[in-house]
Amino acid sequence: MKDIRLMKGNEAIAEGVIRAGCDGYFGYPITPQSEVLEYLMANNPEERTGMVVLQAESEIASIHMVYGGAAAGKRVMTSSSSPGISLMQEGISFMAGTELPCLLLNVVRGGPGLGTIQPSQSDYFQAVKGGGHGDYKMIVLAPASVQEMYDFAKLGFELAFKHRIQVMVLSDGAIGQMMEKVELDDQLPRLTDAEIVKKYPWATTGKTPDRPRNIITSLDLNPVKQEIINQNLQKKFRHIEQTEVRFERFMCDDAEYLFVAYGSSARVCQKAVLLGRAKGLKVGLLRPITLFPFPVDELARLAKQVKGMQAIEMSAGQMVEDVRLSVNGVVPVEHYGRLGGIIPAPDEVLHVLEQNFIHSKKEKQYEPATY
Amino acid sequence: MTEEIIIAGFGGQGVLSMGKILAYSGMMQNKEVSWFPSYGPEMRGGTANVTVIISDERISSPILNKFDTAIILNQQSMDKFENSVKEGGLLIYDPNGIVRHPVRTDINIYTIEASDEASKLGLAKIFNMFVLGGYLSIKPLIDAEYIHKGLEKSLPLRRHNLIPENEKAIARGKEIVHAVHVLN
Repeated sequence: MKDIRLMKGNEAIAEGVIRAGCDGYFGYPITPQSEVLEYLMANNPEERTGMVVLQAESEIASIHMVYGGAAAGKRVMTSSSSPGISLMQEGISFMAGTELPCLLLNVVRGGPGLGTIQPSQSDYFQAVKGGGHGDYKMIVLAPASVQEMYDFAKLGFELAFKHRIQVMVLSDGAIGQMMEKVELDDQLPRLTDAEIVKKYPWATTGKTPDRPRNIITSLDLNPVKQEIINQNLQKKFRHIEQTEVRFERFMCDDAEYLFVAYGSSARVCQKAVLLGRAKGLKVGLLRPITLFPFPVDELARLAKQVKGMQAIEMSAGQMVEDVRLSVNGVVPVEHYGRLGGIIPAPDEVLHVLEQNFIHSKKEKQYEPATY
Repeated sequence: MTEEIIIAGFGGQGVLSMGKILAYSGMMQNKEVSWFPSYGPEMRGGTANVTVIISDERISSPILNKFDTAIILNQQSMDKFENSVKEGGLLIYDPNGIVRHPVRTDINIYTIEASDEASKLGLAKIFNMFVLGGYLSIKPLIDAEYIHKGLEKSLPLRRHNLIPENEKAIARGKEIVHAVHVLN
């Protein structure tokens, strides 16, 4: 019988990493993602699989514990929310420089600064454009349901080790805190040290006589060598752009107007599409699942089909820049966002789309609802 | 069938747990469900609310501003959510502590004196189950056996001895709802 449970997004990803054979979690509590650490502490991963769960003394310590675990070829992760992820950027950049795989979870809350504990999508730039220093990219997965929070634990580790890259699950307070049905998989075993030695010859675990000792470092002062390191990184990112794009089309086949949204905004837009369809409007939704790599080609294709694209984000307009780059002026792209922890309503975003593309601009401008 | 519900009241009234039992019961009856709480400053004292959706289809937005049903347990929530009920929808409230009663004429309005009845029976702690019973008598979305399973799922094992009491409260809740304004 299938194991189906009602879980919060934060609990689902915690269960997901245990079942994906994660070796270690290092984290520090912060709303709205503290349930990840709480769930891991309460559900005995040590007894179930031998997984280590540790509350570190800070976010900076957490990410460097992840750095160490990853260097040894282990499946390791951390999670935090926006201000905590900012603290981790140095460690993330070091992992980019050393090509170490890991899973990072950001349950985004409103910023800047301490901001608010309510959901937001204002960390898109930080996640997708590289929050730390240097020319690097992470694979960024954007879950829009509790099931995807669960699924992306396993997928995240797979992608991280396949490409030796950091994978960030970019969630938000709404997806983290809400409960939905989740279908759970069977437990995957953790890798043994012997398996790690065999599968990951770059790891510092278990030197074998047939190779020199491995040194994990991001430092190379020789500019010629450093350029080659960087060119190889870029080659990897281009390869990922070619092979790992994921997205979901919702009622796009005959769409004349398109919402583009990810995460919880995409759920709001899904409802807006249904409301629009009920009024006879041919509306669709393109939901990027990977934010890097972004579904550039799919949006370019859709640009030839639709009359306008409406980006919806809980930010002042971040993803919309990538939509515009993908579309390259072929079709008008508008942005609408709510800030500071407010989630837009389905009829609100539909109204915006209608105002921008369907009705004449001279009509009364929409005034956002007050809460 | 899709039922979109907001339950709103004070923190500590069991608003979130009532939503949880409803969501669990819906899931046990093989429905699609979602449960989205207010988790912000509200749960640190003051008002609390939760959006529960029960549906035969895949749920689109778990976050809504219009509801089929509003279950309202304090004045602040009445002020905030009376106008969020869809036309023809349902509003149930406990008049205890309500000074401004609902005025809309395009929705169905019921009262349930759950807090009085619960304290009378010495079951003040599970006052929310009276309210749940009242709601289910008007909209019998979920069969009793699945409510039982939902209680089993959402209460920890060491609290399973309280299930009969909860079911008694649900049954009594069904008897004490009163129609205030019902559309034809």
